[in-house]
Amino acid sequence: MTARDNILKRLRERTDGPLAAPESDFAVVTGRDWSQEERLARFERLITSVHGEVIHTSHDGWTKALAEVLEAKGIRRLALGREHPVAAEARAALAEGDVSLIDADRDVESWRHEQFHDTDAGLTSTRGAIAETGSLWLWPTPDEPRLLSLVPPIHVAVLDADTIEDTFFDVIEAHGWAGGMPTNALLISGPSKTADIEQTLAYGVHGPRELVVLLRHAEERP
Amino acid sequence: MSSAHESVQTFTPREFHRQAHDALGNPQIRANFRRAMDGLMAKRRDVFSDWDLETLRELGANIRLRALAKLPDLLERLEANCQANGIQVHWAENGDEACRIIRGICERHEAKAVIKGKSMVSEEMHLNAHLEEAGIEALESDLGEYLVQLNEQTPSHIIMPAIHLNTDEISKILHDRTGTERTRDVDIMTAAARAQLRERFMAADVGISGVNFAVAETGTLCLVENEGNGRMTTAVPPVHIAVTGIEKVVEQLRDVPPLYALLTRSATGQHVTTYFNMISSPRKSGEHDGPQEVHLVLVDSGRSNIYQDDELLDTLRCIRCGACMNHCPVYTRVGGHTYGTTYPGPIGSILMPHMMGLEETKDLPTASSLCGACGEVCPVKIPIPDLLVRLRRESVGEGRGNVPGAGVKRTKTEVAAWKGFQWLATHPAAWRSGMALAGKLQALMPSRLGPWTEYRTAPKPAKVSLHALVKRHQANKADENEETR
Repeated sequence: MTARDNILKRLRERTDGPLAAPESDFAVVTGRDWSQEERLARFERLITSVHGEVIHTSHDGWTKALAEVLEAKGIRRLALGREHPVAAEARAALAEGDVSLIDADRDVESWRHEQFHDTDAGLTSTRGAIAETGSLWLWPTPDEPRLLSLVPPIHVAVLDADTIEDTFFDVIEAHGWAGGMPTNALLISGPSKTADIEQTLAYGVHGPRELVVLLRHAEERP
Repeated sequence: MSSAHESVQTFTPREFHRQAHDALGNPQIRANFRRAMDGLMAKRRDVFSDWDLETLRELGANIRLRALAKLPDLLERLEANCQANGIQVHWAENGDEACRIIRGICERHEAKAVIKGKSMVSEEMHLNAHLEEAGIEALESDLGEYLVQLNEQTPSHIIMPAIHLNTDEISKILHDRTGTERTRDVDIMTAAARAQLRERFMAADVGISGVNFAVAETGTLCLVENEGNGRMTTAVPPVHIAVTGIEKVVEQLRDVPPLYALLTRSATGQHVTTYFNMISSPRKSGEHDGPQEVHLVLVDSGRSNIYQDDELLDTLRCIRCGACMNHCPVYTRVGGHTYGTTYPGPIGSILMPHMMGLEETKDLPTASSLCGACGEVCPVKIPIPDLLVRLRRESVGEGRGNVPGAGVKRTKTEVAAWKGFQWLATHPAAWRSGMALAGKLQALMPSRLGPWTEYRTAPKPAKVSLHALVKRHQANKADENEETR
């Protein structure tokens, strides 16, 4: 008998007999019915409450906002993908400038030192966001690998306003996550933080010190 | 006064009373815990204020109960789906076996350096010591765990391992052990630890983490964290080993959002943690980062024994949020180390007796005033006070006898004393003459009665019992009535 067999046998031959499995009512984690304004306001309030920075921009003019962020934060070396429209548009817009573009779509083994030591920021797309908790959701890809949103000291994430949904439960259900999970699925809510030293909050303990969300709106906002 | 490393102590549940006495006399420990627990209780209260908390707790309890009801099937399903995703699954009956499995994987990869994300199961099985014996260095990367490891201690809280240390003590530890400048600036200390640990992440051969929820439906391992060290541990080294108790499985992906909502709010009063990291496979062909191998080690360590009993089963619903300790008046005063066990506080007191036996842990179920706070805040509604009482009964041999070490506190004197009392209390004549005799011999009553009289005066049987007084009073009344008529 292996450990597996022994454990399963003990569980199956339970002294007090089989247990009844209750049904679950998930109503409490869904059905918020927020308007788009409420969703946006709530998302922004929550992610900024944990030190996330939100910059509103139009869908067409977002690369200008990106350039301003890079300038303001002194980002000289930006890691990014290549194929995703976010990466492609950023590359096109930054091609002429003096920010060095670092290819993130490479085996990490070939540029680990550069990624850890010589990269100022990572740029990623996002799949959407959750208003209830102020969270971004990302499914890293070969184009935008998982460490791109973690290792560089600043993470710049591009989010479309119309992809914000109410709750985590809503996202999982609406996008059929259970039908096929990626290698890694992530919720990101603010920059890395710790309160392990006497409950005092400090940002940027292992991951990014700053999280900047470029929030793209389909139409020019009045 | 300082609990920093010059006074490294080892703690054992056998010495609970002595350790509690020492902790109660240590103003530093008391201040550190009082401040931290007050803050955590207030934050939890605020973050749940706009929620229908009872309905959410009901759902949390219900999801965990459903998972336990289907546990053997779900474990097989989890295994099959993990394997289909390319995750290798291992089973261990106890901590030693799990340690050997993990060491085996490390040795196959000729690993010399292991980086660890926070894992209470790995603490439970003393994995670091085991790996070090095999010449493999295991370094903790959660900041609190790192500090505790530098100070050669164990965590004093399951969520905030270094909660017993204050800023000055931490500054001294970082200075003495890593050469960091002496400072009270938390940002400087955090930055120093970041720099030290980043080098170690890059150099690590294997990353070892725990698991918060393992999803049977999709073969997904979920990790909850704020620091990013969990993501680093599971994505930077070429091999990732996740270790977890068999009870951590949930049936479906949709079971995860309610439990996650309960966990972060109950633990630290956060709406959400910085990262929720869901891992379903090793690096796939064409992907550029993440480990080449992912292993899942499922550990029993007494859990399948707890599983046998309808009442004790509730213990396994726990999602390890720590709210019970944050709200426990005993934990807040004596701190986590006093318990001498991996899991301190109320959850530890109902879990550790199963893992270590009641011989070692017989005092833990009594480390509670049964005020009920732990049960009231538990996000999955574990009736912790009832379970504490059950374990007290088991320890004196009055339960079902299915907890290791049951009956360890049973003494002939106590059994005889209660038998005697039972007889006396059910024989009125004997009771009355006994009481009358006790009243007459009142002067012979000792003034010291063990621990009872440490803070109280000894009880004195009255010369005349209340019963007799009432009788006399009624007789007098009757006489008066007679006279006035």
